[in-house]
Amino acid sequence: MDPAPSVVRLAVCDAIHTLASSEDGGCIFSVLGSLKHYLGEAEALPREREEFARFHFSPLLRCLVSKLSPDWLELLPAGQLEELWASFFLEGPADQAFLVLMEAIEGTAGPSYRLMKLAQLLERFLHAGRVAVLLGEQCQQQAQPGTPLLQEMLLGKVVCLPDYLSNRLQHENLALFLPQRYFPLLAEELVRALRIVADTLRGGGVSFTSSLLAPSVPGGVNCSVTFVSQVLGKVCIHGRQKELLGVLVPRLAGLMQDDRLWQQVCWRLVECVPDRAVEAMLMGLVEAAPGPEVLSQLLGNLVMKNKKAQFVMTRKLLFLQHRCTMPMLQSLLGYLAADSQRRPLLVQVLKELLEMWGSSSVVRHAPVPQQHHIGKAILMCLVYLGEAELQDIREELLASMMAGVQSHLDSSLPPVRRLGMVVAEVLSARLHPEGPPLKFQYEKDELTCEMLALVAPRPADGGPSTLGLSAASVATETPADGSWDVSTAPVQPEGADPELDSDDEFVPYDMSGDKELRSSKAPAYIRDCLEALMTSEDRERWEAALRVLEGLVYRSPVATREVSVELAQVLLHLEEKSFVAGFEALCRGALVAVTVTDPARVAEYLTTQFYALNYSLRQRIDILDVLTLAAQELSRPGCHSTALQWSPPSLGVQGESALAASQLSGVVPTDWKAVVELRIRSKTRRFSKASSRLDPACGPNKFNAVAGCFFFPLIQRFDRPMATFDLLGDDHLVLGRLTHTLGALMYLAVNTTVAVSMGKALLEFVWALRFHADAYVRQGLLSAVTAILLSVPAERLLGELSEEVLEARAWLADMAEEDPDGECRALAVRALLLAEKLRDRLLPHPSP
Amino acid sequence: MAAPILPPPLPDPQFVLRGTQSAVHSLHFCRGAQGQGHPLLLSGSLSGLVHIWSLQTRRALTTLDGHRGQCVTWLQTLPHGHQLLSQGRDLRLCLWDLAEGRNAVVDSVRLESMGFCRSTVLAGAQPRWMLAMPGRGNDEVEILEMPSKTSVCTLKPEADAKLGMPMCLKLWQADSSPRPRLLAGYEDGSVVLWDVSEGKVCSRVTCHTEPVMGLDFDSQKARGVSGSAEKALAVWSLDEQQSLKACGTHEVTNPGIADVTIRPDRKLLATAGWDHRVRIFHWRTMKPLAVLDFHTATVYCVAFADDGLLASGSGDQRISVWSLYQRT
Repeated sequence: MDPAPSVVRLAVCDAIHTLASSEDGGCIFSVLGSLKHYLGEAEALPREREEFARFHFSPLLRCLVSKLSPDWLELLPAGQLEELWASFFLEGPADQAFLVLMEAIEGTAGPSYRLMKLAQLLERFLHAGRVAVLLGEQCQQQAQPGTPLLQEMLLGKVVCLPDYLSNRLQHENLALFLPQRYFPLLAEELVRALRIVADTLRGGGVSFTSSLLAPSVPGGVNCSVTFVSQVLGKVCIHGRQKELLGVLVPRLAGLMQDDRLWQQVCWRLVECVPDRAVEAMLMGLVEAAPGPEVLSQLLGNLVMKNKKAQFVMTRKLLFLQHRCTMPMLQSLLGYLAADSQRRPLLVQVLKELLEMWGSSSVVRHAPVPQQHHIGKAILMCLVYLGEAELQDIREELLASMMAGVQSHLDSSLPPVRRLGMVVAEVLSARLHPEGPPLKFQYEKDELTCEMLALVAPRPADGGPSTLGLSAASVATETPADGSWDVSTAPVQPEGADPELDSDDEFVPYDMSGDKELRSSKAPAYIRDCLEALMTSEDRERWEAALRVLEGLVYRSPVATREVSVELAQVLLHLEEKSFVAGFEALCRGALVAVTVTDPARVAEYLTTQFYALNYSLRQRIDILDVLTLAAQELSRPGCHSTALQWSPPSLGVQGESALAASQLSGVVPTDWKAVVELRIRSKTRRFSKASSRLDPACGPNKFNAVAGCFFFPLIQRFDRPMATFDLLGDDHLVLGRLTHTLGALMYLAVNTTVAVSMGKALLEFVWALRFHADAYVRQGLLSAVTAILLSVPAERLLGELSEEVLEARAWLADMAEEDPDGECRALAVRALLLAEKLRDRLLPHPSP
Repeated sequence: MAAPILPPPLPDPQFVLRGTQSAVHSLHFCRGAQGQGHPLLLSGSLSGLVHIWSLQTRRALTTLDGHRGQCVTWLQTLPHGHQLLSQGRDLRLCLWDLAEGRNAVVDSVRLESMGFCRSTVLAGAQPRWMLAMPGRGNDEVEILEMPSKTSVCTLKPEADAKLGMPMCLKLWQADSSPRPRLLAGYEDGSVVLWDVSEGKVCSRVTCHTEPVMGLDFDSQKARGVSGSAEKALAVWSLDEQQSLKACGTHEVTNPGIADVTIRPDRKLLATAGWDHRVRIFHWRTMKPLAVLDFHTATVYCVAFADDGLLASGSGDQRISVWSLYQRT
């Protein structure tokens, strides 16, 4: 060792000694001032400067940190010493200063004066842009071997700074150290560091790629963005993509606009991200990129170079998750479509997407949101792919589509069916542009509109502003839909009209009675009605009969009971030969009325017909609906009075029965009360009156007597398949309706005597079907369980059915966690909560 | 402001005339004889009788029987003298003299067409007047000068026009021009404007898909309306070049309009519907004002009196008289 270093060493040793022992502010100030010139450019020899930086800076900083106390800082007035103290950290080598600072902060226990000073210093450090210097230095040193440990440490401290600081400072934390502020700042610093790299490259006159590929080109400037990439990756792994990339992406996009060097830097940046961070980073980038153009600028051909990236982009984001929003999907697929090298990937993706879409197992087991996700991705692929590319794989696509349509239409969930229809329509239109288009009938909901909007042709520049503008201009061109006033007013100028009549003169009369004319005479008796429905060739009479039937049935229950089963039979087999508005509702209403009027016999008939041969699914579902509605009507308290509203009072059921009762008994039990009431009222003067409240209608639950007739015939035979009707096989739609109906019947049977045995039977039924593949059936089962919990008295439930209830609970807990269908999970959770509540209610009073 | 208030309930007819003993197919108001204040109402029935009603006593004054039991489809009085024209399905147009309590057929014209088309007259103060009626050929309209019964011309559409039979006619003469014109609604749903003196078509507009059942024309506003067997009521206008232009259509609830009439003060329009209802519209704006649901059978005809009284005749053998939006 030559003697020169010893000068530096001596000076540092001297300074440390002085710091340790001296209480004299002036002395300390001068010693430190003399050391400080080793940091400056001009005053010291480069060799000395380097030695100081490399060997003596950290110990000196540590020593400085250790001296930090209020007394020491006040040795000199006006904060001179503090300023000098801080300048060592802010002007010296950034990596060491940062590490020492972080170390000191971690080493300080709990909030204190010292900690606050350090935190403030760190804040200044960050504000002064020293992190960019630090990153830039690391980038330039990367080429030199031997610093991985230091880098690893720096990486951890830089990325986890908010965690360290909030742990130490707790409630005293400064705003800058919160992740919401820190990561945007870090993003700015990253850009600055990259700029340093870019400037170095530009200044060094070395082609960037060559320096990257061969880092040790002699005479070249060695630079690498690996450290920045590592920071980026680590931040992404820590889940701060939104804060970081929200700033970084727009910056980079702006810089890359027309600069090839920057593009190279950026591509290199994403390539160097460590493998384990690739997924997090790509996810963040796809989310943060405003469109496919920016994404492909940022990523370049990363998917072709990096297997992991390819996996994430083409499989994981599309197939294994469904959290991508529409703009994300658009960016992702647009990125794949943007380059000719990547287009084969897009074709491959479309094939796989369609295969997945078409698979019946996916349709049955995948959650609905994921199926929507896949559907949207397919439509977007179709938008991006050209005619020629589609024609090449047409056969495969057609095969997948056929299978897919079949399995979607088989599903019992309406959203899934609609999804299948939309995708198939669009796909077939693309595959056979010349042929007749495939067309389904479906009700448009929000989701289908959204999907159809995807494939609608967009304006070339596609900006939302231009879209809004054109819409507005269209709107102004046609100010109002061609109402009569507007269209005729110009023909007849107001001035030319001699009478100038104002419209006030002509107030329209009530025209609400202006309905479609029905000429035919409606039958007035049940038997006429029945005859008209059975035989009538006169369609108008037939329709009129159908329209009056429900009212007639409620009005004349006795006559109805004579022909109830015949009537039910006719109604069940009624066909809509010519269009009748509201046919189904009329038919169902009439059938419900008949069932309510004569529950036992009609229910027996309907339940046997449910399991009979030669009925269509529609009819079987109708039977279930009618039974549910009738049960609801019967169980409603005071259902008579609601029926009575339909009828003129003279023919009312209650009118008749009340009359009969009074005639039979001879006395009028309620009348005298009313008479007395009336007399009192006539003789009393009231100054104010509380609003009279209607007593809730009450009466015997009419469902009580017949609940069994509704329920047991339905539940008994579900497992016996017939030639035309197999509940456990293909007809799972009807099975789903059946489970829902049974649940509803159970619920309506609350407070009836058969509820317990119904509950028992229903629990067995649920147990037998608990692993059914169809989500709709499972939903029905869950609502049935809920109905049992609500309807069967809790004591009986835990006493007589405890075994079954325990099993059901275990099943519910399982469903609540693992069912693929969201609706099922929610239902299961609700049922579980209900069960818990029941138990809690019973536990405080254990049965003796 | 009347807007937020509930619309007033539908009024009842002012009175109802019963006693025609058969469906009422034509109605016509005329000024009473001897200059009395109350006008008369003439009605023609399916049984071939013409009843003359006094609106004061609301009784039938006279019954004229001149159509051999065949339906009377059209009634019109002439402004000079007390002469009445009646058209019957017995293929005769009768000219009655009603002056001084007489009721005799003074003249008759033989009709050649079996159709339902009502005739029309153009009569001013002069003793000569013009009559248009369906002609011999299926698609022809015959113009006669009366009372001499000399044929002025026969309006025959070109062979390839395929208009079908004329269904309703309206003769009129613009104030500015001496040339009489004829508006005719045809079986194919089009309305045609004929120049009578030249005997050629001026303009044609197809505004219905079903036969035109009735039309009326407001010569001051140069705007007309037609109703057909379908649900729509069409309004069309006539511009300076004598060409018809469709202005728009107005949908009504039930199909079939048997007759349309504009009130003489050109403020209201009434339609007679197959759906038993009479509809009132504001003629300038075509705003629906009222639906008179009184009759229980098809309404065949509506007529306005000069003072604004409205009468409607129906297949239920009743004539209802309404007083709506009277002039103040």
